Order: sequence, then structure tokens, then C-alpha cells
Amino acid sequence: MTAQQWRPPRFIESPFARFALTSVVVGYLVVSLTPGLVPLVSLEIDWGRTGEGLSRAADMFARMVPPDFSRLELLYKGLRESVQMALAASFFGMLLAIPLGLMSARNLVPLPVYLLGRSLLGVTRTFHEVIIAIFFVKIFGFGPLAGVLTLIVASMSFIGKMLAEDIENMPPGQLEAIKATGASFPKLLVYAVQPQMLPRYLGVSIYRLDANIRHSTVVGIVGAGGIGQVLAASFSRYDYDFSLAILLTIVTLVFVGEFFSNWVRGRLR
Amino acid sequence: MLMLSVSKLVKTYPGGVRALNGLDLTVDTPQVVTVIGSSGAGKSTLIRCINRLVEPTSGRIVLNDLDVTALSRRGLRRARRRMGMIFQEYNLVERLTVMENTLSGRLGYVNFWQAYRRKYSPPDIARAFELLHRVGLDGYEYTRADALSGGQRQRVGIARALMQQPDLLLVDEPTASLDPKTARQIMRLLCKLAHENGTPALINIHDVGLAQEFADRIVGLADGVNAFDGTADELTPEVLNAIYGEEDWSKTINRPTADSNKKMQRDGLERESAAG
Repeated sequence: MTAQQWRPPRFIESPFARFALTSVVVGYLVVSLTPGLVPLVSLEIDWGRTGEGLSRAADMFARMVPPDFSRLELLYKGLRESVQMALAASFFGMLLAIPLGLMSARNLVPLPVYLLGRSLLGVTRTFHEVIIAIFFVKIFGFGPLAGVLTLIVASMSFIGKMLAEDIENMPPGQLEAIKATGASFPKLLVYAVQPQMLPRYLGVSIYRLDANIRHSTVVGIVGAGGIGQVLAASFSRYDYDFSLAILLTIVTLVFVGEFFSNWVRGRLR
Repeated sequence: MLMLSVSKLVKTYPGGVRALNGLDLTVDTPQVVTVIGSSGAGKSTLIRCINRLVEPTSGRIVLNDLDVTALSRRGLRRARRRMGMIFQEYNLVERLTVMENTLSGRLGYVNFWQAYRRKYSPPDIARAFELLHRVGLDGYEYTRADALSGGQRQRVGIARALMQQPDLLLVDEPTASLDPKTARQIMRLLCKLAHENGTPALINIHDVGLAQEFADRIVGLADGVNAFDGTADELTPEVLNAIYGEEDWSKTINRPTADSNKKMQRDGLERESAAG
């Protein structure tokens, strides 16, 4: 008896399709990096300017060291604002996420409420924090108020979305059983939904606190307060050594936030 | 005087599946009624229509002069308090303790803050301890439901249902997720408690042998109507053919004499109490 042949299955079986895919990848590489070759596809890269940029980068990095920590007061003010923003945004976001999450869970609420909840989630999640921050800066002016509101909206929709998904993935039997005892809707929430959701909800919220610390440094760049605003100001004044000091502070802050968040979430499990 | 009367019950699900097709059923004595029938015959739908977890399409359900089919939301909640339900998948709230799950049978009687703070009355708590003792779960009150075995979870499920002091027990496949020995123990416990409390029970069950062993009365459903209604002894191969379709039933039907059947149940109870 001759040995039967076997070869491992290929990711793409058709040789033609394999060849086509390789051609597309190589083709795009060539076309995109050649300015003006194909409109819409080719990138407008000025290779000359790219070269100049590299030398300017070297100059900037040289001026960054050593970092200048002499303006401690300004640094501390930005840092404090960022932490305040992150804390307040996480707290109020957590609270607002509860009604939003419940409204967006199809297994709990009637269709019109669900659609309203999902639309709110959709609208708030469509726009990046920076865009929301620009709106709030236009409405409330520069400063941390705009930043806090931005992060509250972002946290609310982030935690709310997670909560809604978790509630929808709940085993329906537990809800059914509590309903069958004659319990009203609010009792159903505190007896069946809340105990099953609480650990995940707290975990997501703590993760969001850590994310808010990172995001609070970004929204400052469009003028919504916090250490990001101090950073943007230092760049525009070419105080690169101060910029580096701010960046190092942000790194430390984010690291501490992440460490704290991981520690808490580890204990929640 | 207890009375459950189901008449001309029809349930058509969205999508056109007709699970119940004009079913009539009356239970007017405290008896254990097992409901048999193939998958899709409408057993679960029947039980869920009685407490309106599933909305009937048409027909009438009357429990003790209360027209369940005509109730408002508030009235329905009051009616549900009188009907204890037990599920195949136990359906305990996993992260809550055995005691919290048992006491949830009183949720229809406490207000929101009492439910939120788990503030039940001392008589309720005493009754919960008594029920946990009767289902053989002494000392488990602080154990979380997700730490229990299947048989133990179903015992909590039974305690929760009895905590309601129901007029009627609705039981949906109580043993389908359990091994044969545990299944017998659970059926025995369920029937014993139902008889002791004088509570009629409607038990959906797949296992014809178990149905015969424990039922005072057997109802067979086929295509959403009542195809058989009688005692275990009347369950002949012809009847089973009518309920399930043609099959060789000679090995399925156990027909112990009435005396030996009672003796088996009695022995079982003694073994159980000796073990517990």
C-alpha cells in the first residue's frame, strides 16, 4: 500500500487569488509612495521636506534635554487639574452610565426606550473626545470645565455601552425566575440585574478612571484645561525643555493610574 | 377550594409556530400532575402561559376565581405571587447566597427598600430556614449559589418556590439537567413537599418513567392539545404512540403494582432522611 499524500491546508486555496493578493500589497506600496502616480491613491509626500524634518527633530530633541523642572507651580497646577478632571469625570460618568446602560438593554426595556438609549450611545460614541472638547470649549470657554464635561460624556457612553452589553448577555433565566415571584421592575433590577452586573461595572469604571487620566492630557491640547493645555502652551513657545518635563510628568501620572487600576481590578475578581 | 382551569388556550409565536392549539386542562385537587409530550408539544409554553411569562394568544386561564388572562400588570404581579415556579436550569441569581435566593420568593410582598437592603421580616427568615432544612440544605445559608452542585441548586429552587406559599407549583423540566439518581431525589422531594403542603403541582417532564413513578395524574400533550389525561397505569403503548408517535415502548413502561410503587417511594424517603 502506498503512503497517502497530505499537505497542510493553505490560507487561500486558489493560486490565482494568492497571486492577486500579493500583487495588490506590493502594488499599493509602490503607488502610494510615488507622489502623483495615481490620484487618490498616491500620497503627496515631499521627500525633501521629510529630510529637513529629520534634522529639525534632532535639533528639537537636543533642546529638550535636560528637562526643565523649574516651573514647578505651573506643572503642579496642570497635574492637579488633570487628576481632578479624571476623578470627577469618572465619578459622574459612572452615575450617568447606569440609566443610559439600562435604557440601552433590549432585554429590560420596551423598544422606544431602547432606541432612545442606543441613539444617545451612538451619537456620543461617534465623536472623538477631542471633537467633543472643541464643542465644549466653544460653549464654556477655555479651561477645565470644558474638559470635565467632555470626559463625563465620554465616560458615560463608554461605561453605559459596556453595561448595556453585559445586561443583554445575562442568562435570561434569572430574570425570568425573579419576575415569576411577582417582583416589580425596580426589584428585578436590584435583585437580579445588580448582583450580576456589579463586579464588571466596577471593573470597567476603574479602567475608565485610568483611561480618563490619559485622555485628560489630550483634551487640554484644544484648550480644555489640565496638563495637556500646559504642554500645548510650552510647545507653542518653543520651551522644549519644559515640554520634556511635562511629558515625563504625564508618563509618571499615566503609569501610576494604570498601576492603580490594575491593582483594583485584580482585587475585584 | 383550589381550582386551576385552562380553557381553549392558544399560543402562536411570532413567526407562526403554534405551540398551543386550544388546550383544556382542569386541576381541582392538590395533586401532582406530570405533563409529558415530545419537544415542541407545548409543555413549556403551557406552564409559562399560566403565569404569563409567555402571553397567550387566546383562551382563558382561571386560578381560584381569578382570571389570569385579564389581569393588569399590577394584578398580574399579585397573581404571580401565588404561583411558585421551578426551572430546568434552576435560574438562581448566581452571585447571591442561598438565603437571598430563597428569600427572593417573598419579593412580591416586600417593598423596594426592603428588597434592596434584604430586610425580610423575622417570620419570613424563620420560614426560609425551615424550608432550607426541609430541602436538606442546613448550614448553606451563606453559600453563594454559583458554588452549589446541580442537585443543590434545584433544592434552592424548590425552597424559593415554596417560600411564596403558592397555591400552585409550576415546574418546568426539574430533572432534565440532573443525573438519574439526583433526578429521582429531586422528584421525590418535590412531590413529598407538594403533598405535605397540599399544593398542586404541574410538572413538565421528558422522562416517562419518572412521570409514571411520581405522578398522581399524567397529562400527555401532542401538537398543542391534550392527547391523554389519566393515571400512570392507564399509560399504554397505544397512548404513548398517540403522544409521541410510533415507537417500541415495551422497555419504557414500568408497571409496578400500586403497592410496590408506594413501598418504593416510602423506602426512598427513608433512605433520603437517613442520608440527610
